[in-house]
Amino acid sequence: MSNIMRESHIMKIHYLTALVAVGFVIIHIMIRFTHGSFANSLEFESVIANYKSIPYAIVLEAMLILISVHGFNGLRIILLELKQGNAYENAVTYGCLAAMIALIAYGSRTIIMASMGMVEA
Amino acid sequence: MTKDGALPKGFERPTVSASPNDSGVQEKYEEVKSSSKTITLRISKFNPEKDLRTAFHAFTVPYQRWTTVLDAILEVKSHQDHSIGVRYSCRQATCGSCGMIINGKPRLACFTKISELDSDVVTVEPMNNFPLIRDLAVGFERMFSTHKRIKPYVIREDSETNPGTKEFLQYPEDVEKYIQFASCIKCGLCNSACPTMTTDSTFIGPQGLAQAYRYVADNRDKGKDERLRIIDEPHGIWRCHFAGSCSQVCPKGVDPAMGIQLLRGYLLGYRK
Repeated sequence: MSNIMRESHIMKIHYLTALVAVGFVIIHIMIRFTHGSFANSLEFESVIANYKSIPYAIVLEAMLILISVHGFNGLRIILLELKQGNAYENAVTYGCLAAMIALIAYGSRTIIMASMGMVEA
Repeated sequence: MTKDGALPKGFERPTVSASPNDSGVQEKYEEVKSSSKTITLRISKFNPEKDLRTAFHAFTVPYQRWTTVLDAILEVKSHQDHSIGVRYSCRQATCGSCGMIINGKPRLACFTKISELDSDVVTVEPMNNFPLIRDLAVGFERMFSTHKRIKPYVIREDSETNPGTKEFLQYPEDVEKYIQFASCIKCGLCNSACPTMTTDSTFIGPQGLAQAYRYVADNRDKGKDERLRIIDEPHGIWRCHFAGSCSQVCPKGVDPAMGIQLLRGYLLGYRK
């Protein structure tokens, strides 16, 4: 990533995603407390019903992207501090970038399929 | 000295003036006075060319209230073990040569009195995060090359030394912004205390970053963007976790941790 962007830009994204993710997590928890029974919120039907609400699906998608970006950059930073060397650093950087894209793609697929009713309750 | 052995006026030895009611001070004084006046000095001995592992050699060393750890090491070197490898020069906390780990904390040996350590055993080891040369002497090449890399000088087109030019004037408040960072003696204690430097062999380190701030904050300097680009790299300023140990151990009162946070302000755009 450092070959693509300056480290200060990456860190701005890192801090910003953390702050915005906290905001979205608060919204998510508030919705869980105010809509339906909190105890039943992890039941399969309840989870699928959440995805069918478009605004809520957008909140979940945003959380997925923000936390993935922040988390995988954090992992990249930790791994870069553990060991150094050009080949290793490139592997870590591009590996984390690929893993982040894969996780976002897989999570988005789940959110889209569930919100479009492709997953049956 | 006068004929009766008394010191001339103004040259008398200082005395501890504890009143009998001041029990804490009095107790401390009595403790120092009645102590055996010797300590056990444990010195880390390791020669990378010969030894397989570090060994601690213990020596009994006499001391006075004013004896420094460097004095004790040199006493041992003079009378008990000539082979001890130690680097020192000025003996007054100016040259930055005698940094070492004393009782677990990075300190200058010439600036640490044995009496202030409150211990009968003083253990000295080489600084962490530096390659070992021998015993207590470590190599400073990496720190000096990093220091050089951040361009530790005022960068600008004109000069105040050429004929017909004038001195670059600064207001006291301009000097205030960087003056504490100019006190750095490059002893390396901050780098030795830094937890990031332990694992990241290419991290610039608190010494280099504090010096980058020293010149970035200097309003005579025009090399701010150049320096910010040097420290804005994967192993640059962002790898500081703000443990603050660098500032804790600096013998000159420099606060590298603060300098690093202020530098981040320039990179994040809330300082100009």
